[in-house]
Amino acid sequence: MPELTYIQAISDALRQEMRRDQRVFVLGEDVGVYGGAFKVTLGFQEEFGPWRVIDTPLSETAIVGGATGAALMGLRPVAEMQFADFISCAWDHLVTVAAKQYFRGRTPVPMVVRLPSGGGFSGGPFHSQNPESSFAHIPGLKIACPATPHDAKGLLASAIEDPNPVLYFEHKHLYRRIKGEVPEERYTIPFGQARVAREGDDVVVVTWGAMVHTAAEAAETLAGEGVETEVLDLRTVIPWDRERVLESVRRCSKVLVLHEDTRTGGFGAEIAATIAEEAFEDLDAPVRRIAAPDTPVPFSPVLEKAFIPQVEDVVTALRELAAY
Amino acid sequence: MSTGTQTEVVMPQMGVSVSEGTITKWLRQPGEPIGRDEPLLEISTDKVDTEVPSPAEGVVAEILVQEGETVEVGTVIARIAPAGAEIAPAPAAPAPEPAAPAEPAPVAAAPVETAPPAAEPAAAPVAATPASPAPAPAEPAPVAAAAGGNGRSFVSPVVARIAAEHGVDPTAVAGTGTGGRVTKKDILAFIESGPAAAPAPAPVAAPPAVAAPTPEPVAEVAPVAAPEPAPAAAAPAAAPPPPVAPSAPPAAPPQPPAPAPAEGEPLLLPGEQLEPMTAMRRGIAEHMRRSLDTSAHVTSAIEVDMSRVVALRKKLKPEYEAAHGVNVTYLAFVARAAVETLKEYPWVNGEIRGDQIVTRGNVNLGFAVELADGKGLIVPVLKNAETLNLLGIAKGVVDIAQRARDKKLLPDEVQGGTFTITNPGGYGTFHGTPVISQPQAAILGTYAVVKRPWVVQDEMGQDVIAIRPIMNLTLTYDHRLVDGALAGRFLRDLREKLESWDEAAY
Repeated sequence: MPELTYIQAISDALRQEMRRDQRVFVLGEDVGVYGGAFKVTLGFQEEFGPWRVIDTPLSETAIVGGATGAALMGLRPVAEMQFADFISCAWDHLVTVAAKQYFRGRTPVPMVVRLPSGGGFSGGPFHSQNPESSFAHIPGLKIACPATPHDAKGLLASAIEDPNPVLYFEHKHLYRRIKGEVPEERYTIPFGQARVAREGDDVVVVTWGAMVHTAAEAAETLAGEGVETEVLDLRTVIPWDRERVLESVRRCSKVLVLHEDTRTGGFGAEIAATIAEEAFEDLDAPVRRIAAPDTPVPFSPVLEKAFIPQVEDVVTALRELAAY
Repeated sequence: MSTGTQTEVVMPQMGVSVSEGTITKWLRQPGEPIGRDEPLLEISTDKVDTEVPSPAEGVVAEILVQEGETVEVGTVIARIAPAGAEIAPAPAAPAPEPAAPAEPAPVAAAPVETAPPAAEPAAAPVAATPASPAPAPAEPAPVAAAAGGNGRSFVSPVVARIAAEHGVDPTAVAGTGTGGRVTKKDILAFIESGPAAAPAPAPVAAPPAVAAPTPEPVAEVAPVAAPEPAPAAAAPAAAPPPPVAPSAPPAAPPQPPAPAPAEGEPLLLPGEQLEPMTAMRRGIAEHMRRSLDTSAHVTSAIEVDMSRVVALRKKLKPEYEAAHGVNVTYLAFVARAAVETLKEYPWVNGEIRGDQIVTRGNVNLGFAVELADGKGLIVPVLKNAETLNLLGIAKGVVDIAQRARDKKLLPDEVQGGTFTITNPGGYGTFHGTPVISQPQAAILGTYAVVKRPWVVQDEMGQDVIAIRPIMNLTLTYDHRLVDGALAGRFLRDLREKLESWDEAAY
């Protein structure tokens, strides 16, 4: 099995889907000749031609609007935002049209929007956000946040196959930093199934995206102190694997919810509230949350490090939970 | 035992603003007789330390709140049974958990939680650790103090559920969580280990074995639901420890709760020891820090030739002692002169309140008094000291200092000071920079009277060196209100009054 980087896995998955299904096409800013801001679609235009790899104007509204229309007409568009931050320009098409279309007209919108997201490289307030929580609040949208190359490929295939509009958040900091074995053949990973990134019985960390790796690293430190931490990677935020989370809570009784997005109204709040409602009598400590503070993402590397949850932050919280 | 006419002892209200108190020492143990108004226990509040008298005559039936624990005013802390009532004579194992006053179980085995003062800690085995310097009953029990947070009293939802499902009393489980809290793992391990061989009723040989600090057997056999008190529960607990027990196995004689080594305590380095902070110590610590954060402390000092005062004292001392039984000290002279001087310096006797300056016509004079054990300080206040002459002040100082040491002060007697005098000179110190007692503006320090070579002028106006008793006085003042020049003039005038003491005026 070849070892691929996270970004190679995305690229491979997309190429594989385009090869097997004529309806799949990509559109976005500079995805064609230039190969995309992060080179995910490098060489795609040569292989699939300019009508399936469409360079668009600098208009997120046009990209998502066009993708929505194409999906309504039976195609399988995969739209790329250069940065997830820019999706707000397409809010109306995504939230008002794409998300509600099936309920309104019984016409599905099988569309994928790829959203390079996340910080860790001093991208500042407009190139570092993790806006998944904003869209988790919109019924009708699905949200995938892969943490590994294997999941990146399998989830993208599932996203393209899915009859609903899917927001596919790919974490930029993982692009070339994370490598892993990825099968060459096509496979899908079902939405709504969490993955146990690390086994443990003392504390469980519920997280997704890049924070999975932060949590796993912290868990190693805690293991050296005799505390076994389970790291649960949600993989998809909508739908999220409530049963798996609750199972872990019932077993470990101590929970840390961790995300890179800001704290207030972050999806971690939904998870924490669900645990409180469904598993109160299984808790041995208050549900703990770690998230970024409620500010825009700072440019300064020092401040950004303070902003994004770090391994040490997770270690501290886990120690406190273990000792509670 | 008869419970019909027991009298409840509650944590008393010690002043309007005091909402809770800490039990520092039980002066009587369960089973001991006590007369009405005889001292039953000592308590410590953030205002005063004091004795609490028994509200009734009889026998101490049970003690519900252990030494070192803090409870709200009005909480029932003990019960007094009528004389002649039969009381379980002595405590058994020192269970480290707090007594459960909420437990209405008629099984009056509860009082046995306390440690018998008779148990000689010196007999404790190695396990008592060097960290417990003679845990005399006077010391608040360290374990109880450590549980002062919500450690042992709070039970997490999952522990509560498991406890209910298995009919286990969670307070009987040794907790390893923060502050001794019982964690899920603790209670699961407790259940898994099984009801550790609950002893048969009154097994004579059992007590040493049972006296392990973990009290599982007692609570295990007392399921919550049992409407009738399970006899087995009461029996082992009530079984008296060998009353004489010189030959008791050294393994586990009943002993005061040793400081628990784990339970969220800070880690100790070799040779270090822990002792809990008393309420008074915490109060002092808070006040000292707050004062330094509030006032701009500056200290000025002056030297006073005490020749005249020394001569006067020599004359008055036998008079006062014979007529009034009062020892007149240098401190009384200084206090009298200070009160007189303060009349002319209202700001030194004033305070900053908000952005206003408060002055007043009276002087409530605080005196810093060290407690007998050397572990605390209290500042009783002599109210309206400007109405007292030298004799009155001398009497007042002796009275409040003695009652401070006897812990018999009333809360109102430590409040409302407008100016304070501290006297570390008794130990020979000649200078200091005391901390102002908030919200006052200044504190006067008095130091040792020392014979020194002193330049004086003879009748001819010539400088000569004489031997004179010299006392240093310091005024530490809040520079926000009192300027250096004002403080200087105050000290100058105070010196003048002392050096030219007018017997008729004072």
